[in-house]
Amino acid sequence: MADTGLLEALLRLLEKVDGGIDSQDVAADLGVDHQLIVGAVKSLQALGEVISAEQKSSKRWELTGEGREIAEQGSHEARVFNAIPDEGLPQNELMKMPSGKVGFSKAMSNKWIRLDKAHEGGPRVFKTVETIEDTVRDKLQLVQKGLSAKLEDKEKNELKKRKLLSEVTVKSYWITKGSSFSTTITKQETELTPEMIASGSWKEKKFKPYNFEAMGVAPDCGHLHPLMKVRTQFRQIFLEMGFTEMPTNNFIESSFWNFDSLFQPQQHPARDQHDTFFISDPALAHEFPQDYLERVKQVHSEGGYGSQGYKYDWKIEEAQKNLLRTHTTAVSARMLYKLAQQEKFTPVKYFSIDRVFRNETLDATHLAEFHQIEGVVADYGLTLGNLMGILHQFFTKLGITKLRFKPAYNPYTEPSMEVFSYHEGLKKWVEVGNSGVFRPEMLLPMGLPEGVSVIAWGLSLERPTMIKYGINNIRELVGHKVNLQMVYDSPICRLDS
Amino acid sequence: MPTVSVKRDLLFEALGQKYTDEEFDELCFEFGLELDEITSEKEILIREQGGEKAEGASDVVLYKIDVPANRYDLLCLEGLVRGLQVFKEKLEAPRYKRVSPADGGEPQRLVITEETASVRPHAVAAVLRNITFTQERYESFIELQEKLHQNICRKRTLVAIGTHDLDTISGPFTYTAKPPGEIRFKPLSQSREYTAAELMSLYKTDSHLRHYLHIIENEPLYPVIYDSNGIVLSMPPIINGDHSKISLNTKNIFIECTATDLTKAKITLDMVVTMFSEYCDEPFTVEEAEVVYPDGRLSVYPELAYRTETLSGDFINKRVGINESAESIAQLLTRMCLRSEVSGEGDLIQVEIPPTRADVIHACDIMEDAAIAYGFNNIVRSTPRTYTVANQLPVNKLTELLRQDLAAAGFTEALTFALCSEEDIADKLRKNITETRAVHISNPKTADFQVARTSLLPGLLKTIAANRKMPLPLKLFEISDVVLKDETKDVGARNNRRLCAVYYNKSPGFEVIHGLLDRVMQLLDVKPGRNQGYHIQAAEDSTFFPGRCAEIFSCGKSIGHLGVLHPDVISRFELTMPCSAIDIDIEPFL
Repeated sequence: MADTGLLEALLRLLEKVDGGIDSQDVAADLGVDHQLIVGAVKSLQALGEVISAEQKSSKRWELTGEGREIAEQGSHEARVFNAIPDEGLPQNELMKMPSGKVGFSKAMSNKWIRLDKAHEGGPRVFKTVETIEDTVRDKLQLVQKGLSAKLEDKEKNELKKRKLLSEVTVKSYWITKGSSFSTTITKQETELTPEMIASGSWKEKKFKPYNFEAMGVAPDCGHLHPLMKVRTQFRQIFLEMGFTEMPTNNFIESSFWNFDSLFQPQQHPARDQHDTFFISDPALAHEFPQDYLERVKQVHSEGGYGSQGYKYDWKIEEAQKNLLRTHTTAVSARMLYKLAQQEKFTPVKYFSIDRVFRNETLDATHLAEFHQIEGVVADYGLTLGNLMGILHQFFTKLGITKLRFKPAYNPYTEPSMEVFSYHEGLKKWVEVGNSGVFRPEMLLPMGLPEGVSVIAWGLSLERPTMIKYGINNIRELVGHKVNLQMVYDSPICRLDS
Repeated sequence: MPTVSVKRDLLFEALGQKYTDEEFDELCFEFGLELDEITSEKEILIREQGGEKAEGASDVVLYKIDVPANRYDLLCLEGLVRGLQVFKEKLEAPRYKRVSPADGGEPQRLVITEETASVRPHAVAAVLRNITFTQERYESFIELQEKLHQNICRKRTLVAIGTHDLDTISGPFTYTAKPPGEIRFKPLSQSREYTAAELMSLYKTDSHLRHYLHIIENEPLYPVIYDSNGIVLSMPPIINGDHSKISLNTKNIFIECTATDLTKAKITLDMVVTMFSEYCDEPFTVEEAEVVYPDGRLSVYPELAYRTETLSGDFINKRVGINESAESIAQLLTRMCLRSEVSGEGDLIQVEIPPTRADVIHACDIMEDAAIAYGFNNIVRSTPRTYTVANQLPVNKLTELLRQDLAAAGFTEALTFALCSEEDIADKLRKNITETRAVHISNPKTADFQVARTSLLPGLLKTIAANRKMPLPLKLFEISDVVLKDETKDVGARNNRRLCAVYYNKSPGFEVIHGLLDRVMQLLDVKPGRNQGYHIQAAEDSTFFPGRCAEIFSCGKSIGHLGVLHPDVISRFELTMPCSAIDIDIEPFL
């Protein structure tokens, strides 16, 4: 901060003028270096609205070092003239003077002096006039006083040629009064302190303004993973809709519950080694509800419950094979079977969001494991229109209102519908989920009453999350190759906005 | 989902109407198909093999159409056109008829010998008489067989199709099985005879056929079909003989399907003959063939069976959520190739399921077709009145609550894979794989999927390794499931919900991790103390640095460990800084 005296002097000057003043003039008025005034202007600016200052630049004539010397001591030629006594001076002595050489030739051409080369004792210089007028010095003194305008351009250029004057660009400030102009300066405090609060001194103090352009200091905190944030939201949506969470904490499943109970035939491609992770240890499941298993076997191999069946040789060995579940629908099957064992059927709404596993080729959008979101409703008399209605409600909560449905095929649902939503960005319909009504061949062997329909739908958790957070490579989201900075920076998740 | 590729102009010609791409896409959507791609042979070649190879390739526009996996009747142009024309009510579904030989002669006969029982016991056959091929029809005929092989035939394991120029062979035919050395014939596209054994090694390098060799490779006897003169028709499911190969000029086709699944063989045969009998002099008729089993049983194929189901209009209305008259529903079903009429008794509808619709096995399949014909998107969407009260799964509820507070405690949540390598859970943690109780995967494609994790720690350490550029300290946690073998469960394994956290910095920070334990226990409302509370006690665990590990007890029960990781563990996960960790079971707190 520039010293308070200078600041106040500047402010007093400013107080006297209407409009504003130039910092260069201030420097001249106060007789201080312009740079100090620039410093004072900056300090005053930092105080808020005391002054306002606008930078400007102008050209100005200024004395060079030699020019200043001449303004003080006279021109070289004048100095030479003044050094010569009436009886003259030997030339070689005159030449020894600092201004000798230049002064001699200029004084000669001004015809102020003459040289007597033939004088005995060597060449000698004599004055030729009584008095002289040192115009060079006068002109330079005018410039020094800031009155260069009084000189003609020709004169200025001549002095410039003699390297006595130079034309410089001057940066200066045009200073005007600010909205809170005052001629007294109070020292600014940086921060409020406990002492100020205790003593009440804060009332008299002025505080240095904050730089609101700067970023704050990041809080020292932990962060939740974006996929899990989205999972929380989906859980919330299901809970809002009255759905009960299914116990999906069993990654290892038997083929029986993963496929057979869902009326998925044993030769189905999904049961291929290429698509499913089978377990070598423990390789086989060893416990099934026996009578139910018999009914499943029958409906696959012979039909029944109004079905033709698949008419193939159903094998228990195939059903026993353990695997990493390929869908959470295996758990839905267990839950529906359990429901069917109740004394009296009660309607249920179930949901789950958990990991499923596929022995797939990995790429930017596919991993060997992902999270499946699933919703199931079981009640008497549910219709396909009901399924569409509940899907509409569910997707509305995700902020998706434009839905349409495409007939599709799924071994355990009939009808099956792919759910498409209109993507405003892509300007086309994109698939957002799968849905259907569970087949009677799945439900009736479980023991569910004939009139009960079960509607269900599913989608992946990763895809909406990638869209929500703008992630293109699934490995940056899921698994250990995650970019932690992305986790730190990810916003909260509101699916409907 | 199978994809059928058809020439657009040919398709529109057959449909008798031109569509814009958008219009056709819309029609597909409504019918349950998907116009997957619009391309050309040239484009495909450019994409797959580069511009040079595509020089001179056809740029006829191709539509690639995704067909539902159970609709074998839509796997060729003929079937697609028939389905769509009937759907649009421009055509009545044809009736497929099995006929006896026209000249009153004996039907063709295929005799199965008992040797086939061990390898491929079933066979069915039929004859397409007086067929007229064009280049397009011929290509479609070959392509349909390939599509059927890939789908219903399960890559020829369940069924293999052989088609032969009947005029080059003479029945009766024998389907038998012989040692590979004894089968000798000139196969398709080869210039000389080979034994079956030689063929198997010849095809080892064939990009197409090598995928089918495994089906019979290790069998002592290979299936083979001969004509009455000992000419080899085919060696299913690998290759046909060259002698009987069909061509553009073939007039009479003998079709045989050999199988391990008789139902699928019958369906496959029905599909081939229903699709292509259209081009016979007497369209949609198929000449029967007899198949004689080793026990003397005689069956006549193709079955071309029509089945009638009776259901009520009310059933359809109630399941779909519409309110249509029985007549109108019958009309909807007829548009789906299910010829239907109201029987006069109440609102009962007689629905005839043709041999092309093998996917219709239950009334619910008929209901779906009615809904498709009605238009899924014309159905009024209504909210079910099902009243239920929601409940959270306790272990997930606890997890959700703890996650929030762990993040509030300054730890960042990781999400790591449930599958990993044996090394991750054993060697790298200085454990023996046998003591991990790990569940092992039998068919992993890479070492990353050998086992289900038994600990969350490797995933967290790998997460740190992948984020070494981030400023220290790194504080991570995960609450998720590990999988452990458990004899008491029906599948022999169970999940276990665990909480794991790590602190990675220039100093080990045991006190930080210990502080986290104290905080977690505070959140779980467990006070410090020996009996009813929690305490930690020095312990040895090979994953941890000796003397820097403690076992955690809650209410007298061991729930996990905490400590400073062993330097070998740190370096095996490619880390360089000291690291402390906590790993506890949260299920005791439910």
